[in-house]
Amino acid sequence: MSRDRGSRLLGEGIIKGLAETARNFFGSYISKQRLTTVQYPEERIPQDESFRNFPFLVYDGSDPEAGLRCVSCQICEKECPPKCIFIEKSKDKKPDAVGKPQFYPTVFDIDVSVCMSCQICVEVCPFEAIKMDVKYDYPTESRFAALLFDKHQLAKSNDYYHQIHPTEASAVDAALAAEREAAATKAAAAAAKAAAAKPAATAGAPGTATASAATSTVTPPSDTTAGEPR
Amino acid sequence: MTQTPDQVFVILKHWLLGYVPTSVHAIASAVLSILPLMVVFPLLFAITTLLERKGLGRIQNRLGPNRTGPMGLWQPLADGIKSLTKEDIVPFTADHIVHFLAPVLLVVAAFLAYAVLPVGRNMALVNLNAGVLFFFAVGSVVELAVFMAGWSSRSKYSMLGAMRAIAQMISYEVPLVLASVVVIMQAGSLSTVDIVERQATYTGIFPHWYVFTPWGFLGFILFMIAATAESNRSPFDLPEGESEIIAGYYIEYSGFKFALFFLGEYLGMFATSGIAITLFLGGWSAPLSVLTFIPSWAWFFLKLLTLICMFIWVRGTLPRLRMDQLMNFAWEFILPMALFNMVIAGLWRFMNPGAVRWFVCAFLILVPMFVLSALLKRKKKLQLRTYSFAE
Repeated sequence: MSRDRGSRLLGEGIIKGLAETARNFFGSYISKQRLTTVQYPEERIPQDESFRNFPFLVYDGSDPEAGLRCVSCQICEKECPPKCIFIEKSKDKKPDAVGKPQFYPTVFDIDVSVCMSCQICVEVCPFEAIKMDVKYDYPTESRFAALLFDKHQLAKSNDYYHQIHPTEASAVDAALAAEREAAATKAAAAAAKAAAAKPAATAGAPGTATASAATSTVTPPSDTTAGEPR
Repeated sequence: MTQTPDQVFVILKHWLLGYVPTSVHAIASAVLSILPLMVVFPLLFAITTLLERKGLGRIQNRLGPNRTGPMGLWQPLADGIKSLTKEDIVPFTADHIVHFLAPVLLVVAAFLAYAVLPVGRNMALVNLNAGVLFFFAVGSVVELAVFMAGWSSRSKYSMLGAMRAIAQMISYEVPLVLASVVVIMQAGSLSTVDIVERQATYTGIFPHWYVFTPWGFLGFILFMIAATAESNRSPFDLPEGESEIIAGYYIEYSGFKFALFFLGEYLGMFATSGIAITLFLGGWSAPLSVLTFIPSWAWFFLKLLTLICMFIWVRGTLPRLRMDQLMNFAWEFILPMALFNMVIAGLWRFMNPGAVRWFVCAFLILVPMFVLSALLKRKKKLQLRTYSFAE
């Protein structure tokens, strides 16, 4: 057997081992490469682009209120497996990312102490409004209240999104731009059609005709016109 | 007045005693001698815990503790505060009195051993004419404390740990004492102070430390191995093997009682290291006659720190032994070697001084060493394990 090497002096292996540990001891002072531990709060390992932790809400432009992409459709709230999202829909409307008047969330809470980072909310969102954040350290002094993030804490700019997930954000921006363009051409076509229909329908009541045209162009069923994000 | 730094503590004590009325002279003298020991060695314990964690970290290519204070220097303080503020839990079924007494006895026994340790010239607390004997007698009280802790906790793990500790400590106490017998034979005295003074003479610039003789060197190695086992340190830390029996005999201790166990263990380690220094490494004497200007107590503590570093180094290197390996090693290698060493020490005494004596003794040590190690190796031939059903 290779382990049993005849009549060597007892303790030879111990001396070899001592030499090895001594090499480690002095080597750790000389070469920094030996110290593989990352000194966490000061040093951090660069994150992979696909890293994700908790969701956040994307807003366009500089105003988190006006630019919020979320239209309060509440799909994420329904789909969320641990039920950590709470949304209250607004009564009035504001223009969304594509430019159509939409509802917006008056309350949008995510309880990150419950969130399991599954990303299902992101998968189901038809408006590219909720995305995954990369921040992972949320030290707080209270166990529950401080980990219930409200709309203001969750809203983060599109620039931030670009910063943390560049590739994904560019794809989203391209898709949104295409949608915006499609909506614009559609609106133009509808306007032209309405303009063409207008002279023909002069006999009827003009007020009702314009009103019906406006409703058909402005508020279509959201998931058909917005299209699938992926 | 070259002796002033060497004797500074002795002079200080006498100066302080001058202010004390003669009626309480004896007790004041005792207090003044004991107090520094009770301050310095626990302090050394604090330093050692940090040194150990740092050293083990470096051995494993880590930084070790570096969060409390600059470079983690306040770590021992933080540990102390933590253990003081922790809840002191006593198991409901435990024997409360014995459970409480065990750590106290351990620390008391560990401190008693320092009574005969000459930490410097004229700096032994008492010069007992049976100092070495006293040391080993007090050292064996530790076993009682360990068993008290294991038994009174009423826990299976404590019990197992205590049983292991007793088996190990008794097994290694024999070679520990036998390894030191050679020194007693040579010095012709049991007094630790006398033993150091025998070694503190010089031929040319070299001292007459017993470690520089073949039998002394072997004795030192055997003594240190036995001392490692005696103080339950890795690789002989079976009694507290974390992975098997969690923490052994002190598993049911928390808070400051646990800290006391920790302290007692380290104090025991310092004491055995101290006696090893006294017996083999010339106690407080300088390693070269030209270095005698450095105070004797500084030499003692330098040697002590060196031995502590050796302990840490060994702990960071070797894995834990198995119980049968531990016992085989004690009874089949260390004990016969220690006995043989006594014969060689006797031979050394009756041969004429010179190189011939040195080589004859060295040869006579190496031969049984080879034979015994071959015997030990032959026995532990590993067999391929066959499984009837798994394959």
